[in-house]
Amino acid sequence: MTTVMTRRADFPLLVRQPGLHYLDSAATAQKPAVVLDAEREFYETSYANPHRGAYALSARATECYHDARTGVARFFGLRDAACLIFTRGTTESLNLVATAWGMHNVRPGDEIVVTRLEHHANFVPWQQLALARGAAFRIVELTPDGRVDIDLLRHAVTPRTKVVAVAHVSNALGTITPLGEVAAIARSVGALVVVDGAQSAPHMAVDIEALDVDFYAFSGHKMGAPTGIGGLIGRREILEAMPPYQMGGDMIEVVGDERTSWNVLPHKFEAGTPNVGGAVALAAAVRYLTSIGMTEVRRHEQTLTAMAIERLGALPGVRLYGPDATRRSGVVSFTVDGIHAHDLATILDQEGVCVRAGHHCAQPLLRRLGVSATARASFFVYNDAADVDALVSGVRSAQTLFHGPRVVSPGTPARPATASR
Amino acid sequence: MSDLRELYQSVILDHNRAPRNYGPLADATGHAEGRNPLCGDEVTVWVRMEGERVADVHFVGTGCAISKASASLMTTAVKGKTAAEVTTLADQFRAVVTGQVPAPPPSDGAMGRLAALSGVSRFPIRVKCATLAWHALHAAIAGAPDAGVPDARVSP
Repeated sequence: MTTVMTRRADFPLLVRQPGLHYLDSAATAQKPAVVLDAEREFYETSYANPHRGAYALSARATECYHDARTGVARFFGLRDAACLIFTRGTTESLNLVATAWGMHNVRPGDEIVVTRLEHHANFVPWQQLALARGAAFRIVELTPDGRVDIDLLRHAVTPRTKVVAVAHVSNALGTITPLGEVAAIARSVGALVVVDGAQSAPHMAVDIEALDVDFYAFSGHKMGAPTGIGGLIGRREILEAMPPYQMGGDMIEVVGDERTSWNVLPHKFEAGTPNVGGAVALAAAVRYLTSIGMTEVRRHEQTLTAMAIERLGALPGVRLYGPDATRRSGVVSFTVDGIHAHDLATILDQEGVCVRAGHHCAQPLLRRLGVSATARASFFVYNDAADVDALVSGVRSAQTLFHGPRVVSPGTPARPATASR
Repeated sequence: MSDLRELYQSVILDHNRAPRNYGPLADATGHAEGRNPLCGDEVTVWVRMEGERVADVHFVGTGCAISKASASLMTTAVKGKTAAEVTTLADQFRAVVTGQVPAPPPSDGAMGRLAALSGVSRFPIRVKCATLAWHALHAAIAGAPDAGVPDARVSP
């Protein structure tokens, strides 16, 4: 028997829907009450435009925003909090780097290296940058179990390589990339390492100083914060050398009729009124995760992932993608013979099981896997063994519906699919 | 489970396993692709028109059981019909799968056979799976090779 602890009671939506088995946290996470409370508290007590008004309420809002940045920076082990830029999320963070850094540093004949694992958000901006700048665009292929092939990466990186963009954790397979090895290879030729941390920030301890990468992008909404807030962590000297990404209020120092000078970090990259409420809520989300402990979050998800891999893998006709549970995050991508992932997701939905079905915004990866779609179950702190039970049971129901009962459980008497529920 | 039984009734599963008129049509007068980039479904429809009538129609596709069965059923329903009759049938079909009108009985000609897909009306996010091939057929008859993305508002 498993004894994994669940924190379901901390999440109002899951409390209100006791029959729901939410297994789509790789897409977005449900929100703990402490996050919703913190956001409401901020708007009810401290809300005004920060960095603007000469009155106490605006000063309080400014302080809340500043404290949120400090708190989120601490979560990532970042000592220099001004190197954390608040953005809308990972996609905006990666576009910021590809545009503000890339357009000024990548030249014709240079090389940009990505991997076959990448989400479109860490693939398309680099592909388009390469096209715009006349640079070569290289895709590092994977090992058979869906890990970045480090030997191939070593061969792909040359003295002309300007940037290596890589997912810390694959959203489609859950594969964890050994960033230390990637960084060492990139460092040997002076290339930058840009990390898509959307799937690692919520699920494992990330010590940014120890990772020794140049940029790390993440999304708050996958960590229990609202949508529309996330961040980009960058090296100070690189951020300071970069031109701004967007122009407007807050990011300027002096605006002359013909020239403008830029504000200091982080404000140079935060044009316009910032998402203060989102930042405050994100700070509450990382406090919540810290109260559990990221080591415990990882252990909990690893337990459920191993359980799901073992039980789904035991079903005839189920194919699993990706490495073993020790080398992946809480993501289980699979297909069922004879049942398309969308049909599977519809059938699972009828039993309250929410999974993603499709290409997971990773078409280059799925093309290489030779499938047009997979079903993906992904875990977070609120999931427990009952969710795995419901998933496995739902897959069996789908097999019964599509293939009849004999395929699923040989030796048991034929019966209508409804009788198994 | 009863909604699922209605959605995945035996006719649908049969057409999914053994789609009719599957494969390219060598002497086609037109063809078109329909695709949904959100879920990756793709279908190509070939038609051979003789005057105003659909003399033959074939398809190839990757996608869910609903999209494949719908394309297969469509090919069996439109042969011999005029372009105008196909448009009328497509409109009726859309009205049934979106739940705007009740499904006709199976005995009710071409529309009766297509009504096997009426269970889709209980699953609004699957409507575009059922209508994808019809958009492609319309484009193939009209001579537009790319049917684009029908109703791609909801990612399943």
